[in-house]
Amino acid sequence: MEQLAELVLNGVSSGAVYAALALSLMIIYQATRVVNFAQPGLALIAAYTAFSVTRATGSYWLGFVLALVVGGALGVLAERLLIRPVQRRSELSAIIVTLGLLMLLQGVAGMVWSNEPHSFPYPLDFRGRFSATDAFAVAAVGVTALGLLLLFRYTPLGLRMRAAAFRPEVARMVGVRVGLMLTVGWGIASVIGALAGMLAVPPFIFPNVLDGVFVYGITAAVIGGLDNPFGAVLGGFTLGIGLSLVSGYLGPELVTLAALVIVVVVLSLRPDGLFTRPRARQV
Amino acid sequence: MSAPAPAPPALEVHDLVSAYGAVRAVDGVSLTVPAGSITAVLGANGAGKTTLLRTVSGAKAAQSGRVLADGVELTRLPADRVVRHGVAHVPEGGGVITQLTVEENLRLGGLWRADRADRVRAREEMYQLFPVLAERRRQPAGALSGGERQMLAIGRALMARPRVLLLDEPSLGLAPMVTRRLLRLLRELRDGTGLTVVLVEQNARGALSVADHGFVLSLGRVAASGDADRLLADDRTRHAYLGF
Amino acid sequence: MTDDTARTGRAAVLDRWRRSPMLLRHLAAALAAFLGIVLLTSVTDPFTNLRIATIGYHLVAVAGLALLIGVSGQISLGHGAFMFIGAYTMALLVIHVPGSPLWANLLLAIAASCAAGVAVGAATARLHGPYLAGATLILAVGLPAVALRYPEALGGSNGLTFSVAGTPPALSDTVPDPRWQSWVVWLAVLLALVVVANVSRGRLGRRLRAVRDDEAAAALSGLRPGRLRTVAFVISAGCGGLAGALQAYLLGTATPSSFGLALSLSLLAAVVLGGLGSLWGALWGALALVYVEVWGHDAAEALGLSDHVANNLPIALFGAALIAIVLLWPSGVQGGLARLGAAVRTRRIGPGGRPD
Ligand SMILES: Nc1ncnc2c1ncn2[C@@H]1O[C@H](COP(=O)(O)OP(=O)(O)OP(=O)(O)O)[C@@H](O)[C@H]1O
Ligand SMILES: [Mg+2]
Repeated sequence: MEQLAELVLNGVSSGAVYAALALSLMIIYQATRVVNFAQPGLALIAAYTAFSVTRATGSYWLGFVLALVVGGALGVLAERLLIRPVQRRSELSAIIVTLGLLMLLQGVAGMVWSNEPHSFPYPLDFRGRFSATDAFAVAAVGVTALGLLLLFRYTPLGLRMRAAAFRPEVARMVGVRVGLMLTVGWGIASVIGALAGMLAVPPFIFPNVLDGVFVYGITAAVIGGLDNPFGAVLGGFTLGIGLSLVSGYLGPELVTLAALVIVVVVLSLRPDGLFTRPRARQV
Repeated sequence: MSAPAPAPPALEVHDLVSAYGAVRAVDGVSLTVPAGSITAVLGANGAGKTTLLRTVSGAKAAQSGRVLADGVELTRLPADRVVRHGVAHVPEGGGVITQLTVEENLRLGGLWRADRADRVRAREEMYQLFPVLAERRRQPAGALSGGERQMLAIGRALMARPRVLLLDEPSLGLAPMVTRRLLRLLRELRDGTGLTVVLVEQNARGALSVADHGFVLSLGRVAASGDADRLLADDRTRHAYLGF
Repeated sequence: MTDDTARTGRAAVLDRWRRSPMLLRHLAAALAAFLGIVLLTSVTDPFTNLRIATIGYHLVAVAGLALLIGVSGQISLGHGAFMFIGAYTMALLVIHVPGSPLWANLLLAIAASCAAGVAVGAATARLHGPYLAGATLILAVGLPAVALRYPEALGGSNGLTFSVAGTPPALSDTVPDPRWQSWVVWLAVLLALVVVANVSRGRLGRRLRAVRDDEAAAALSGLRPGRLRTVAFVISAGCGGLAGALQAYLLGTATPSSFGLALSLSLLAAVVLGGLGSLWGALWGALALVYVEVWGHDAAEALGLSDHVANNLPIALFGAALIAIVLLWPSGVQGGLARLGAAVRTRRIGPGGRPD
């Protein structure tokens, strides 16, 4: 019982990170129908920025803020320079471009900061069961999710963004600057991705540090339904707890395979994800 | 509307060409739409009516030619800029966004306008104009019937307080009675607010009965044009292009 | 002989070539390629021999993935996982069944990865685009971790080390080991490529393309999209398994870290680089895989750049190349060459000539 509680609590805090990544993927997927495989690359550069800033100034929080800014800026640039030109091409083109960007960013990070792991600080005290850092992660992701909900449901910007995502051509006819909305979406998503990166990186940073977490982020997004913000958050926490149990009872090396099994099972039962109401596909 | 003599027409199209690849769906169309008029654009399936409207509103790029509204050049502007110049487009099928609620769809139509108070006022006017929409404002637009969707689409376009309204087959799939109501409504709008309407229709007889002028398209070109009564009376045009 | 008769003579030969059975044609081409490899390895040093062998197993991996992506339209970010399975099957067989001959080991490695391909392919047959990419991405990251889970059997992070048989005793005086190894590799690779080429250009390939281009229409005309997709997945998995087994045979080791996400992404990069769905494209891709790595290191060394630049230059270059190709040159190297060839040919034949 003791162990179970421990595992669940661990799962909640790692689930927060998966939820953040899933949210970020979901926003971009909704807006541009692209799964942003470059996400860990963008977040990686953001986290390395924080690393350098913190090392130079001694302030964790300055690094933290700059990481979010850099992450968002990179997302905006990626959308403008790389995604927009391939938007109208095949699904494959966009996937390949984002993968290329991932390789490029990871390679550049390795060239600049080397492949050696550097120690990377936690935001707050990280010792003990459900530490201050864990609480911070859960709270940060909770606030983010709530903020997104308010943004999309209740603000004109959110309404425009949704319109641009659902029916870009119609949105344009009613005066929505669709391209701008997509860029804003990528920016917001990349800020959230950078947040997830900052939470996921400690204790060490190296170029591949986010690969594993990203895989779980994708898993969470897929089981939650790439179209659904609640699904992304729920998917993140469910997956976090589930994988924590797998890791505790079956062994940490099997966690990734468990994620694969979960994805395959969920998608073969519900191709639109676990938490979306099944509906007729739009063609 | 008592227009001062040299006022430019609400909409002018000169030699417009608009193609899909090698298919010139609009092949050198010119037309003039006087302010405050209702102008019908008629023609068989595939004549190029939808393409004409889409090109005018900037939803599709023109190959060549010009489009002006109130004398202002709109030719190369994208759709989101065209609507800011007072030309609103209700696309074929209405283009209601089914995932949004009725109210969100309506709000969307006026969102680009800075005058917040007037946006709210316009919304209330739309609810008065289409009371069904008011009853269902919180429901997803996907739950509306075809006729209700057309009303929502028109309401959304009117939220922009346009000077020119481009309507693409608003009667598509509607019962004849509803169609008649809709056409009468257009007339009232024109009379009440001075709105200029360009009405694309399959139902030529109905359209010409409310329109002042008509253009008949065939294979992307203007095959006939003139006052609505004259087109209605002209047997040759009717038989050749309008099929009644 | 006038220019004209020469041309008709050549045309007749070409014509006979085109009408001979496809399998024979491909086998003949493979034989010619094999002779070329034997010649090439005979005039180069052992180091280059090994590099030629390395190109060989990369080629079959890339070709399998190119078939999957280009012909059947499925994307896989997990191709490295099948190489992992092939390599470990090979290693386990060599270690635990010492008597088993090489060809049997290779076949068993292919069989093992095909079996995995059946499982994964069937499970993912309904997924498309981003979902499929996501699922196979998880496979790429997750499978190598299995080696860490079972350190006694699979050697943990150090992997498995073993010694492979070199040149048979009868030839060992005349043929050095690296040369023999590169022959073995290329023989296996070319045979596998014959299969891939036959699939790609034959009836199965046409069906796969039909499903890729319009699934609904293909299903209406009696094809079974799910089944066909799985078949493509299995073939490509088999190619991956063979490549992994050949790699293990060449290196005498199998370690989990060499089959990580970076490998899977590099293979994808090679496919895109070469041009989707063409065997020649796969060759350019495989060459790029081997030589970008080599040249990256050489260049970094020559410029006096640090180790971490040298280590990361290849992956950064691949990433940049992927982006550049999709944005600027979507048909890849082979597509570009084909266009170039066509342009030259029409110029030679003149504007009236029949375009290819
Ligand atoms: N997206 C498109 N791509 C290619 N060709 C198109 C496209 N849309 C329309 N066309 C072609 O352009 C021509 C004009 O089409 P358009 O939709 O403008 O006709 P229409 O007059 O609106 O017809 P309908 O009364 O059926 O709505 C037709 O020949 C049509 O096939
Ligand atoms: Mg039409």
